[in-house]
Amino acid sequence: MTLPLGYFALQEGHEIQAAAHGPAGEAFEPFLPGLVILLPLIGFLLNGALALAASRRSADSLRGGVELDFFEGGNRPLTHRLPTWIGPGVLGLAFLIVLVNFTRMLGADLHEPIIRHYWTWMNTGAFEVDVALQLDQLSMIMMMVVTGVGFLIHVFSVGYMGDDQGYPRYFAYLNLFVFFMLILVMGASFLLMFVGWEGVGFCSYILIGYWFTDREKADSGKKAFIVNRIGDLGFLAAMFLLFAGFGSFGGFGTLNFVEIFHDAPDALVYGGGIVTAITLCLLLGATGKSAQIPLYVWLPDAMAGPTPVSALIHAATMVTAGVYMVARTSVLFALAPVGGLSVALIGALTALFAATIGLAQYDIKRVLAYSTISQLGYMFVGVGVGAYAAGVFHLMTHAFFKALLFLGSGAVIHSMHHALHHTHNHADPQDMRNMGGLKKFMPITWITMWIATLAIAGIWPFAGFFSKDEIIWYAGARAAGTYGAWFTLIWIMALAAAMITAVYMTRLMIMTFHGKNRTGQEEAKHLHEAPWVMWVPLAILAALSIFGGWVNVPHAISDSFLGGYGLLPMSEWLHDWLHPIAGVATEIQATGAGEFSHHAPLFGGGELLWAVLSTVAALVVVLVTARIVGGFKYLPASESPAPKGFKKVLYMKYYIDELYDRIIVQPLIKASRFAWKVIDAGIVDGIANGLGNLARAFGWFGSLFQTGSVNTYALFLAIGVLVILGVVAF
Amino acid sequence: MLSLLESIGYGDWILHALLWLPLVGMALVLMGPAARAKHLAFGWSLILLVLSLGLWWAFESGVGTFQFESSTPWISSWGVSYAVALDGISLFMVILTTFTTSVAILGSFNYIKKYEKAFYALMLLMETGVIGVFISIDLFLFYVFWEITLIPMYFIIGVWGGARRIYSAVKFFLFTAFGSLLMLVALLYLYFAAGGDSFAYADLLNAPLNLQEQLWLFAAFCLAFSIKVPVFPFHTWLPDAHVEAPTPGSVVLAAVLLKMGTYGFLRFLLPFFPAAAQHETVITVMMILGIIGIIYTAWVAAVQPDAKKLVAYTSVAHMGFVVLGVFALTVNGLQGGLIVMISHGISTGALFLLLGMMYERRHTRMIADFGGIGRVTPWFATAFMITALASIGLPGTSGFVGEFLALLGTFQARPIMGVIAGTGVIFAAYYMLPMVQKVFFNALDKKENQEMPDLSRRELVILAPMVALMIWIGVQPSVFLERMEPSVRNVLEYVNDSGLQAQPGQSAEASVTFSSTVPLDGEGEADEAAPIHTGDEE
Repeated sequence: MTLPLGYFALQEGHEIQAAAHGPAGEAFEPFLPGLVILLPLIGFLLNGALALAASRRSADSLRGGVELDFFEGGNRPLTHRLPTWIGPGVLGLAFLIVLVNFTRMLGADLHEPIIRHYWTWMNTGAFEVDVALQLDQLSMIMMMVVTGVGFLIHVFSVGYMGDDQGYPRYFAYLNLFVFFMLILVMGASFLLMFVGWEGVGFCSYILIGYWFTDREKADSGKKAFIVNRIGDLGFLAAMFLLFAGFGSFGGFGTLNFVEIFHDAPDALVYGGGIVTAITLCLLLGATGKSAQIPLYVWLPDAMAGPTPVSALIHAATMVTAGVYMVARTSVLFALAPVGGLSVALIGALTALFAATIGLAQYDIKRVLAYSTISQLGYMFVGVGVGAYAAGVFHLMTHAFFKALLFLGSGAVIHSMHHALHHTHNHADPQDMRNMGGLKKFMPITWITMWIATLAIAGIWPFAGFFSKDEIIWYAGARAAGTYGAWFTLIWIMALAAAMITAVYMTRLMIMTFHGKNRTGQEEAKHLHEAPWVMWVPLAILAALSIFGGWVNVPHAISDSFLGGYGLLPMSEWLHDWLHPIAGVATEIQATGAGEFSHHAPLFGGGELLWAVLSTVAALVVVLVTARIVGGFKYLPASESPAPKGFKKVLYMKYYIDELYDRIIVQPLIKASRFAWKVIDAGIVDGIANGLGNLARAFGWFGSLFQTGSVNTYALFLAIGVLVILGVVAF
Repeated sequence: MLSLLESIGYGDWILHALLWLPLVGMALVLMGPAARAKHLAFGWSLILLVLSLGLWWAFESGVGTFQFESSTPWISSWGVSYAVALDGISLFMVILTTFTTSVAILGSFNYIKKYEKAFYALMLLMETGVIGVFISIDLFLFYVFWEITLIPMYFIIGVWGGARRIYSAVKFFLFTAFGSLLMLVALLYLYFAAGGDSFAYADLLNAPLNLQEQLWLFAAFCLAFSIKVPVFPFHTWLPDAHVEAPTPGSVVLAAVLLKMGTYGFLRFLLPFFPAAAQHETVITVMMILGIIGIIYTAWVAAVQPDAKKLVAYTSVAHMGFVVLGVFALTVNGLQGGLIVMISHGISTGALFLLLGMMYERRHTRMIADFGGIGRVTPWFATAFMITALASIGLPGTSGFVGEFLALLGTFQARPIMGVIAGTGVIFAAYYMLPMVQKVFFNALDKKENQEMPDLSRRELVILAPMVALMIWIGVQPSVFLERMEPSVRNVLEYVNDSGLQAQPGQSAEASVTFSSTVPLDGEGEADEAAPIHTGDEE
């Protein structure tokens, strides 16, 4: 069912090449694209109904003072059996439909995106946007990743979440997430993309806080949502600018991708203030969703969610939305060299910064979280320097190996949790200091995770090698053109981060799987390999982590010994595949900012040389780190001393959370209290009540004259007459 | 459907029926047995709701002028007539009123325990008053209904309210009455300026006013409406009124009474005083007040310990979007503002109902008294979550459509203000999510909360249509927008045309009559909606 992505590509790759050169091929006929989105929604509704039924039962029981156990006596009720089939089932079907579409698109000659209209969404008379889906090469890749990897993670979840009381609720959320993610990648306009954009943010919120009675987890979910909304403001502002314009630029009057990207090269001035502003606003949105500096802080906390959620949302799909967005709007970023440079610079900074934090974390999922932030930084570098295919390529391979790493860590945590649970040990099942030597208990997890580690470290011939290498190469290749010095800097940072990646990943593997076991003697007896429903997805992802990179090997490498002297049939396949999307942007960039050079900056040398250098260097780093870390004597977390010095700074994540808390969160809360107590209750309401009291005082003053005595009235009458007479007289 | 409605002459009697039938129901409730008062009132309001739904089909979309118009002289010597009509702006306000009244009555079954007959009679009286406000096209008639709405709400808060009900009721009354009186003075001035022989909407539109007069009258009307909306800094009556009001009172207050203010902006303020409405300073001031409403009240809401007060403050924030949308004077802004009005009516109405259900169970509204109740009341939590999302404008819900369009329209007129107001989406998350977390998430650690019952069937019946509407408007707003568009354009064109003639300093005869600017073909282009302020942006 889950044939590797490469399979169909391998079969039909040549036809594509032929079609690209020959006369017009067949037209692409989409196959039920709407159903791809509809299926997860149906899954959500069905699972949601089951979840409501189950939760009502458990609530009724709880009200009676009994904590209901749905699995009592080994009998699963229907509400906890059906989701096993519905949840992964709808994803599997959706993946099959995507696969059909993908093969059709492979065989077709598609230069313009196919747009499917469904209904008019908003129409004010001055603004119109339809519910319409866009099918093209880019959305197809994303659909493959989302439904393919998504399906595997759903299957894994059957094992991982099998014992959870909220099983149907979990799958309802997960299906809803996929629904919104597909809207994000298939929407034909900025606004529809925004629907998915905020929708996945919401799903992330409820999934991070899935165990909602735990305050810390609920806090993390909330943090993710609010930080994401800061980014969303950037997205909104970009849409306003695109639609309505500013100053001399009158706006596009639409938010549809096709029209905007078609008109943009003529309507917008190259390097002008407007297009730069638009791209920077989009970048703000991207930093929120894709966890880049300065808005990355929510992602490490997002690890509070169930581990498959971390794999799906916080590694493989949602967090790559920013990368997808930049690739999607490549024309705009090519028109704004400063915008593109900012993307690359933020990406490089984040890649390096997050990697260093990853060095000092003990929580296995936190290491992976910082690793994800760092890898997303690479993707930003890729799409920022204008190598859109490279960025999307890394997005794809990263989805494979990072999903694998997270699921693998999930298998480890699952096993650790069971072991600790059995002996009522309260040690942290995610702390690597409590692990060690797990390879003999869980060999499949161990091997597959090593494959992923080699892939992420960028070692030939694993998937990550090709994608990461391409990004670094293209960053350096911009050094000859505009802003060359900046790109040289980005290139150096990316190289450095690659080496750190190899360090922290090797450290993770050694601490978890090698050396002496530190879980405890009694506990170790209960450590076990994951069940098949969990390790089969691991194995498939491991295969993808090996072969997934072969779909886009640069000619320089594929024609050399690293590519088996042209043995690989698909060199630069993804690059050619995405050409209809990114071609215009590449041309604009080549004209405006200079072509990609064929030599690395500073030291010269070609692509092949640097590829060899970097893989050798990464391999050396892995071996050296394995040696060094293997020599450390780790103690279980409870006996370990607290980190000191710079290690503590890294462990405390450079105190960024504390900084944000002090300069943003606390002042905002103080300002809010001030607004309420002083301004609203004090001044504004005070004035209103004061006016009321004033009126009452006047009334009281007036009432003094109402004595009821005729004499007084006569007196005032006389005074009045005198005054009037006086006024008249003078 | 349309032919069926035509065969019963629906268009001829529907507005009169909607206006006066509630009074018949009121009489029935007062005469019937006390134990049956709530059922009678609910049944009656349901009939009215069903009757009003026919408007959805009978209303001819694509037409911007008044429909179902009818006029009979009432006080001929003053030129007062009983004149009612409906257009795309009031259409949904009327349906929102009938819908909200039904829902609010059904929602008070358990809440209202004393003087039931009087309570339900007042609810129906309120329905007449509010519908009268929305369909009157004679200003005298309008003013009468505007004042009538004060009375039932005053008693609802003052009799069935909480501990500080008298203070709140009087505050509510004084604030609104103060504005109304100023409006009355301005209205009389307008009446005499227009010739002193008619209160008809169309006649008053043509009153020759110079800019100076327009600005003064604008100020008076604007103040009256701003207090009702409420616009910062006239909002302090609202949290007090909401906190003390019984649930149905809060629902009606939030869902329809506030809309009378923004409706007044659209129906009277802009067309009557177009030159003032286009005055740069006026627009700047109103927009800044709208933005303060959005951001400042969001902040104040975020730190409220009382959940009901929190939601009351968010009302001010939502209405800030409407103010922005209206004074942007763009098609998008006005349409967005109208959708926010509908969406806010449904989502905030639902939030007040939900908080009322919480109060009925626990007799507290303090956020700190809850925690983790999602475990014992999962359906309740689900309904609350969806409503909260609609309230903070998650795409796919009604709130998003309205806020997006209002912000887009604002951006077209004043880009900087549009972006500043956009921060409201962040602060919405900032006030709503912590409340949701503290009530429904976290540990279920309080004994009293462990026995909270989940939604009853009656409560489900109340909430289900509201949730459905939030999603329907979010997913297919075009069916609403297309019915409003011609009327919105009509207002805008009228403002633009006559506003340009009334140049500062000279009195100008607005020669264009309202009904003669008949609308456009419905497929108007974007350029027609171009922002009015081209020259000086921020």
